[in-house]
Amino acid sequence: MKTFLKSLVTVLMLALPVAAQAGTVTVKGSDTMVILGQRWAEEFMKKSSATKVQVTGGGSGTGLAALQNGTTDIAMSSREMKEAEGEKLRTRYNTTGTEIAVAKDGVTFYVNEGNPVTSLTMEQLRDIYLGDITNWKQVGGPDAAIVVYSRENSSGTYVFVKDNVLNGEDFASSAQTLPGTAAVVNAVAKEKHGIGYGGAAYAKGIKELKVKKGNEEIAPTADNIKSGKYPLSRNLFFYLRNKPAGEVKAFIDFALSPEGQAVVTKVGYFPVK
Amino acid sequence: MQQGLTETMAVPRLSAAARRRQLREKVIAGFITLMAFTGIAALLLIIIFVAKEALALFLEPEARHEAGLSKMFLPQVARQGRPATFTWQPVSNIPKVSMIPLFIGTLKTTAVSMLVAVPVGVFGALYAAEFAPRRLRELLKPVIELLAGIPSVVLGFFALMVMATFLQETLGLNTRLNAVVAGLGLALAIVPVIFTVAEDSLTAVPRSYREASLALGATPWETAWKVVLPAAAPGILAACVLGFGRAIGETMIILMASGNAAIVSADFGDSVRSLSATIAAEMGEVVVGSPHYSILFFIGVQLFVFTFILNMLASTWTKKVIKRLTGSAS
Repeated sequence: MKTFLKSLVTVLMLALPVAAQAGTVTVKGSDTMVILGQRWAEEFMKKSSATKVQVTGGGSGTGLAALQNGTTDIAMSSREMKEAEGEKLRTRYNTTGTEIAVAKDGVTFYVNEGNPVTSLTMEQLRDIYLGDITNWKQVGGPDAAIVVYSRENSSGTYVFVKDNVLNGEDFASSAQTLPGTAAVVNAVAKEKHGIGYGGAAYAKGIKELKVKKGNEEIAPTADNIKSGKYPLSRNLFFYLRNKPAGEVKAFIDFALSPEGQAVVTKVGYFPVK
Repeated sequence: MQQGLTETMAVPRLSAAARRRQLREKVIAGFITLMAFTGIAALLLIIIFVAKEALALFLEPEARHEAGLSKMFLPQVARQGRPATFTWQPVSNIPKVSMIPLFIGTLKTTAVSMLVAVPVGVFGALYAAEFAPRRLRELLKPVIELLAGIPSVVLGFFALMVMATFLQETLGLNTRLNAVVAGLGLALAIVPVIFTVAEDSLTAVPRSYREASLALGATPWETAWKVVLPAAAPGILAACVLGFGRAIGETMIILMASGNAAIVSADFGDSVRSLSATIAAEMGEVVVGSPHYSILFFIGVQLFVFTFILNMLASTWTKKVIKRLTGSAS
């Protein structure tokens, strides 16, 4: 009976909302940042074994919603918080929230390896995603219809592209939406006339497009992204309800330390400092 | 008087053991009743919950403004200077929540899957029940039923990675992910459903029917086609309805293999977005209580109503068929 009670208690403990547990930091949000968050958590837990850091994905919107609902300590987001989301925090918790940039990333457009197009201007990218340009011929490629891939609207990258490439306008409804950068990369690798976007990717079968500005073609390299010369670089954020304190602060301090920023480079993104 | 009578007819004296047994039976009966009502209560609670969340759409002025019925079913202007269209774009400065592309998407994938799965399932069942040698039949049935056990995410993955490229190359489709790929992936999931139920109802046709038919000089093929198949019609219809319900509600395969673009077109080579996949793709991100959240629940209500109406129609039709076959009023 005693063992039964014990196991029952354990099960109940597991079922409790994780935020309620002492010694646990929950991190939730952007799929772009999941791997980064997990590496940070691993390294951090190696150093201070008393604290548990739990990292889950689901998309930036999911993380920020969880922050508003009080089910996570830290929300990872690959975009800035929207005004409506900040409003919710204000009405529910009477705070404006805390925004901390923890890494940098460049959003890259991919095409199939066999595609002769190597660079596009921001206007061309915009027109392709709005559905105004529908054939590769119009941007110096082969005579073939463009197959446009996008991300689900819970993705921070989706919102980033919408705000920074489309100037807030809607994606063409013919744009196919796929879950996750990996799915987009895989789709473009298999679709000869496809175009997609996501973080800097290392994959076979795709080519990263340079962005043309005047006569200059800017590649999404580390230097261009860090200096902000590449037009589609963005910050990756941690969002909190209040000022960081206690274990949460320790974890964030670690992420921003030289050691933590070295993890950023290892994962494939770029340090903020 | 009455009371007195019943008292005189008092229960015969029971032994202690018999009384205990009686008590135990009562407890068991009560337990079973309780279980049955738990199921019904759960169903009721689900309906109430989903309806309540969707109802906000009609009660709150903010939600009514953003996602009223007219916005759902009439064309909207998506971009200034463009003609009004049916657009599903709920995450936007001006949310556009037309259900039409989602209906079209759902119908397209369901149509493709039913076109493939009904003949394959029904004829497969007819073959297994009437023509297959016993050994083959004993192999065929479990193998197809095993197909029903494959998780839909695996079928979706197969459709995405293998079928998509193959179909694009053989059929010359514009895009890899489209209604045909998703529908065929879906067919894999519903063939076993149709097969199993159809096979059961075919084998349940009394032997005397077949013997009578054969005795009258009909060939085995004529017997199967003109006697056994019509006699099993209600069961086969039930199988198809079951398959249809699964096709409408199936989410994972479509989410993975359809491309999820909400396009209004008649071309089956275009990408589609279905009702169920929309819920799955967008539920994670919505702010609880927002109009977008309510509209996803409203989609759930629609799916529920769809299958409910379908089941009603099917059951009335089945009754009619049974009446015609048996010739009686019952």
